[in-house]
Amino acid sequence: MKQEFTVTVYTENQIGLLNRIAIMFSRRKINIESLNTSPSEIEGIHRFTIVINELEEVVKKLVRQIEKQVEVLKAYYNTNDEIVWQELALYKVPTDVIAEKVKVERLLREYGARAVVIRKDYTVFETTGQREEINKLITVLEPYGLIEFVRSARVAIIKASKGFHDKLKEFEKKEPSEEVIENEYLGQGDQVFTM
Amino acid sequence: MSTIEKAPAKGKTEKKPAVQSISGSVAVLEAFLAEGVSTIFGYPGGAIMPIYDALYDYQEKLRHILVRHEQGGIHAAQGYARSSGEVGVVFATSGPGATNLVTGLADAMIDSTPLVCVTGQVFAHLLGTDAFQETDVINITTPVTKWNYQVTDATEIPAVMAKAFYIARSGRPGPVLIDITKNAQLQKFDYEGYTKCDHVRSYRPAPIVRKEYITEAAKLINEAERPFVIFGQGVILGKAEKEFKAFIEKAGIPAAWTIMGLSALPSDHPLNVGMLGMHGNYGPNVLTNECDVLIAIGMRFDDRVTGRLDKYAKQAKVIHLDIDPAEVDKNVKTAVPVWGDCKETLPLLTALVEQKVYPSWLQKFKDMMKQEEEACIIPELNPTTEQMTMGEVIKVLNELTGGDAVIVTDVGQHQMVACRYAKFTQSKSNITSGGLGTMGYALPAAIGAKVGAPNRQVVAIIGDGGFQMTIQELGTIMQSEIDVKILILNNQFLGMVRQWQQLFHDKRYSFVDIASPDFVQVAKGYNIPGKSISKREELKKALTEMLNTKGAYLLEVMVGKENNVFPMVPQGCSVAEIRLK
Repeated sequence: MKQEFTVTVYTENQIGLLNRIAIMFSRRKINIESLNTSPSEIEGIHRFTIVINELEEVVKKLVRQIEKQVEVLKAYYNTNDEIVWQELALYKVPTDVIAEKVKVERLLREYGARAVVIRKDYTVFETTGQREEINKLITVLEPYGLIEFVRSARVAIIKASKGFHDKLKEFEKKEPSEEVIENEYLGQGDQVFTM
Repeated sequence: MSTIEKAPAKGKTEKKPAVQSISGSVAVLEAFLAEGVSTIFGYPGGAIMPIYDALYDYQEKLRHILVRHEQGGIHAAQGYARSSGEVGVVFATSGPGATNLVTGLADAMIDSTPLVCVTGQVFAHLLGTDAFQETDVINITTPVTKWNYQVTDATEIPAVMAKAFYIARSGRPGPVLIDITKNAQLQKFDYEGYTKCDHVRSYRPAPIVRKEYITEAAKLINEAERPFVIFGQGVILGKAEKEFKAFIEKAGIPAAWTIMGLSALPSDHPLNVGMLGMHGNYGPNVLTNECDVLIAIGMRFDDRVTGRLDKYAKQAKVIHLDIDPAEVDKNVKTAVPVWGDCKETLPLLTALVEQKVYPSWLQKFKDMMKQEEEACIIPELNPTTEQMTMGEVIKVLNELTGGDAVIVTDVGQHQMVACRYAKFTQSKSNITSGGLGTMGYALPAAIGAKVGAPNRQVVAIIGDGGFQMTIQELGTIMQSEIDVKILILNNQFLGMVRQWQQLFHDKRYSFVDIASPDFVQVAKGYNIPGKSISKREELKKALTEMLNTKGAYLLEVMVGKENNVFPMVPQGCSVAEIRLK
């Protein structure tokens, strides 16, 4: 049976790597439900957190093939009960509704929302939590004129993981992470004549 | 033409004085020399002109073979890599030059062929502007390269080239593409010499060998009553032919090959029981489903080898030796995975297995070969039909070459027939597009194969369809005086598709009737001598003439129009359901 898996990938920080990893999924016609890239506990090493719905059989093979990519140090997959995860959401609502309707205030307290910005015309609230909790608040806020909503990708910590430091020792310490060289010439087109 | 003067890349330490200042283009060529490259297959164009300009001064050290199409260039580099065991090197320009490489990259990726392709790219400041001949080659080639990288700054070139060669040839080999913007090719920088790469932090070329699995595997083998070895190109890529032979000889186990593994074990070896897969031999296919221990070495259980997976070797305990951990359990569930380079793991396994023979088990293979001979092989090799068969051409070729030639095949019926019947005495002698099945592969690959193995006879066996896909490379053969023998087996059809249409589509021959030009005349236009024959009596003489002619030669042999390749495992059937007719 298909179920939700969180794939965690430790990588070098290289241009084009996001594509290399993303096509591992699209090649098999697997939809990525959520994707987050962030630094990891180790400087210079990036961490992808990818959520998909798939069969364990498929995920297992997929993770091995991701790990095979040159710039990937290690990839793991976990079910939801093996991880601690959070998502963050922002909600923009008209301030007058908040001020006038006591019910809304109560709802926000109930769902643990915090005000990030309060302006005359609108207020931005933030909640963190799992998807179901975040989604519930949308449904509740909609009748009160929810102007804008956005939810982040999942970030997840693997419960059983001792971190990547030990693994990295296996990958040898003698080389620091490569520095990303970005294209410095992009803004300089006017200064040169080319064929 | 001017370029941007640029400061040293940020984060780099200040250079020591009195180092040589060279251009990025020269750095590419210096990298080739340091990596032992002797030949480049390529085609120039706007965005790679600085590299070609630098090459002008390196003509004595680096041989450049001008191909007629970039696809021909990359297939030639593949042929070179396969016959020599070295990395093949390709130059192409940006845009169409680079996109023409894609088929070859995909072919090299699936057949694990080590390549380094250098493509020119538009100036860095033009990236993303839809400049003339700009294409996003990095993203186009990502799924078909082991690694790729875009260079916009010449200072990166020595380290990137070193990494490219290291990645291409180490572990499970594969194609690497380096895209270099024109400004980086022109840019001068302080060159501090070339250091070969032997380590990339995030990359494990080979997994650590786990001794406990080797012990377990040896135990299974020693307890087996009907063990069966199936092997692939891993044996050749690992340069482990000797180790492989020592293993099967000590363990006494019959061994069958995938078409990529062909020639790793001499054809006449008593334990060589033949070919696996869709058009493989009868015994190896049927007995895959009767063995008790299946030892897979450097092969990846392609669907053309396994047939229907849920009926494949279910009774057997599978031991899988592979350098790529992602291959283990990918298609076939493994009882014991032996991760690692088989050059390293095979001797460890050989040490632990008992010296044995399995006469009655081996006899089973022989008995089934008898059945196959009567049903398929004799009619193919000694036909009573008026028209010639592909098999008899290969048989006479074997007699004349003694199995010492490098045989390069294209894709289709002639490929299956050649793989089934060609004899080999030494490794790296069978060059074919196995995984991708690229028609048009053989002619350019044969060019590369000859350059990679100049002292060997190279025969390209090609169908009338595939030959017309890359026929332009006759120009390369002419100009660079490449001594390849071109043997066209002409059945005036796209034969393999026709066979399937006959067997599975009620003989509805949909667009398989292909017309051909006068191939001998075409070759003549390229100054290549040739002949076309259609009578059996002429065959031996014509093949002899072909082989004895100095330089290239084209021989067209007209064969039966509607001959089929048998045995055959029909798609969706198990290997045990292989049909003899």
